Amino acid sequence: MTWVNAVVQGVMLGGFYALLACGLSIMFGVMRIINLAHGDLAVLGAYLVWLLLAHVNVPPYAALVLVVPAMLAAGYALQVGVLDRSLRSGVLTPLLSTFGLSVVIQNLLLIAFSPDVRSLGGSAGAVTTASLRISGELSVPLLGLLILAVAVLVIGGLQLYLYRTRAGAAWRAASQDPEVAGLVGIDARAVYARATAVAVAIAAVGGVFLAVRSTFDPVSGPTQLIFAFEAVVIGGMGSLRGTLLGGIVLGVAQAVGAQVNPQYAVLAGHLVFLAVLATRGGLVAAQRRAT
Amino acid sequence: MIVRRWTASSRVFTGGACALAVGLALVPLLFDPDVTQKLTTLLVLVILAATWNALAGYGGLVSVGQQAFIGIGAYTTVFLAGLGIPPYLAMALAAAGAGLLAVPISLFALRLRAAQFAIGMWVTAEVLRILVTLDSGLGGGTGTSLIQLNRYAPAYQQAFTYWSALGFALLVVVALFLLLRSRMGLSLQAIRDDEEAAASLGVRVVTSKRVLFVLAAAGCGAAGAVIIANTHFVEPGSIFSVQWTAYMIFMVLVGGLGTFEGPLLGAILLFAIQTVFRAGGAWYLVGLGAAATAFALLLPAGLWGVVERRLGLRLLPVGYRVTVPAGDPPAP
Repeated sequence: MTWVNAVVQGVMLGGFYALLACGLSIMFGVMRIINLAHGDLAVLGAYLVWLLLAHVNVPPYAALVLVVPAMLAAGYALQVGVLDRSLRSGVLTPLLSTFGLSVVIQNLLLIAFSPDVRSLGGSAGAVTTASLRISGELSVPLLGLLILAVAVLVIGGLQLYLYRTRAGAAWRAASQDPEVAGLVGIDARAVYARATAVAVAIAAVGGVFLAVRSTFDPVSGPTQLIFAFEAVVIGGMGSLRGTLLGGIVLGVAQAVGAQVNPQYAVLAGHLVFLAVLATRGGLVAAQRRAT
Repeated sequence: MIVRRWTASSRVFTGGACALAVGLALVPLLFDPDVTQKLTTLLVLVILAATWNALAGYGGLVSVGQQAFIGIGAYTTVFLAGLGIPPYLAMALAAAGAGLLAVPISLFALRLRAAQFAIGMWVTAEVLRILVTLDSGLGGGTGTSLIQLNRYAPAYQQAFTYWSALGFALLVVVALFLLLRSRMGLSLQAIRDDEEAAASLGVRVVTSKRVLFVLAAAGCGAAGAVIIANTHFVEPGSIFSVQWTAYMIFMVLVGGLGTFEGPLLGAILLFAIQTVFRAGGAWYLVGLGAAATAFALLLPAGLWGVVERRLGLRLLPVGYRVTVPAGDPPAP
């Protein structure tokens, strides 16, 4: 039963990773770039919520009403100000410029909020501790269920948008061939800016859940970026449904690893990721086919 | 049309660089151990910048995980010294060990591209960090020190460490200089510019990248060995920190990605900044990150690229110069 329990916990954790990875997956799908500041933007979202809660007494989810639009704007600005330019100069420039950005965000957070470790768990109410008891030994935490549901809703919603709406078709067209998309009246740069805005806003939601379910500090970003990227790669780059699956595989690997020995949790996830990278050289081929 | 490698200025400078190397060797005899220790740090930065530039600027491989080899270099030194091998010999063996470890890693890493390679290397470094943390023989998470150095008097220690650093730095720089001037150097630049096109012309893509990858790993291993000899103490959290990559990216981007002289300039610049702004803490890192981003976006050839373009200056020639004298028919 402990193993079943570990797998159930892993699936919940996987929902969190999928949510965190969603934005990374969108940006890779649309622009073929990886934003190395993704984790730091998620943490920035958590700090913005923390800042709001210091002034008004509302649950963290309510604060999202203000923080999500702010992060949409930040994502839009990031695309127009930095990424658009970096896209024009090869595949390495987006990596280098977003890595620099990641260092900047971390250290600005450090200056603004001190290195203290914080959590939003306390202000989130009973949902953080409540759980559904299914049988004697198996119980499902309500918060994990909530995060998983949000992840499924976000990814399902994006999937519907991409494949069932005209605007979504424009995203797919701009992703496949920006120039030809331009010929039929699609402004690829506008699509990119919207995609990055959405990606950054979802990252912020992920960051808030990170803050509610555990703790965060100014340098939490890189670890979250690694987990998010692992979810994206395990699921297959460029596929949103794959990212959901990849997140769950990563979560289960970590939970099962932790069941063996708590120190093995992160290691187990890394090893699954490296195994997928090593055996699926096909991923690179898929990437090449798509570009 | 005349194709030349050497110019008057590059001859003078290369001669000057050799003289400089001899001069640098005399530093521990002429200055305080304090100065020697500082310069050892500069030599570490030179090694890191030169190897990272070789990977990214010539091989097109942006790695966020070179700290894997820095950590391996440091911990292998501790491990071998613990077995009774003289510490300075252990340092050289550790550098070679890092290069050796890079061979199996390259088998999987070099199949990856762009972001997959970058983060694949980062995760590799994280895995190594966790494994070291789990090993209580190496001090676990709290770290360990190179006590075997204490058999030497402090002034000798500092001098020996400095000479090792100088030796490693010269080896790395000269090896890269010769490699990039060789046929393989040309192949590497062709790969960086267009991998498919290079492969179709018969360039052995994977072999060329592997040579570079292993050399860069050995260089980082040497840097790690020097770091522990210079500070005496190592801890997995800091030696396997991604901060090293941040430094490397800053030095290479600001100095000039894909130029031979640029990263050396970048190393000197970072060293100067570190000396002046040591107390600056987080703001200093904000500045480094912002500068790296700005250079990547606005001035991808870095400071040295500007110097090279404006003044036509090439001090350590790895490429060729083509001049068309007046009256010559234009090249086809």
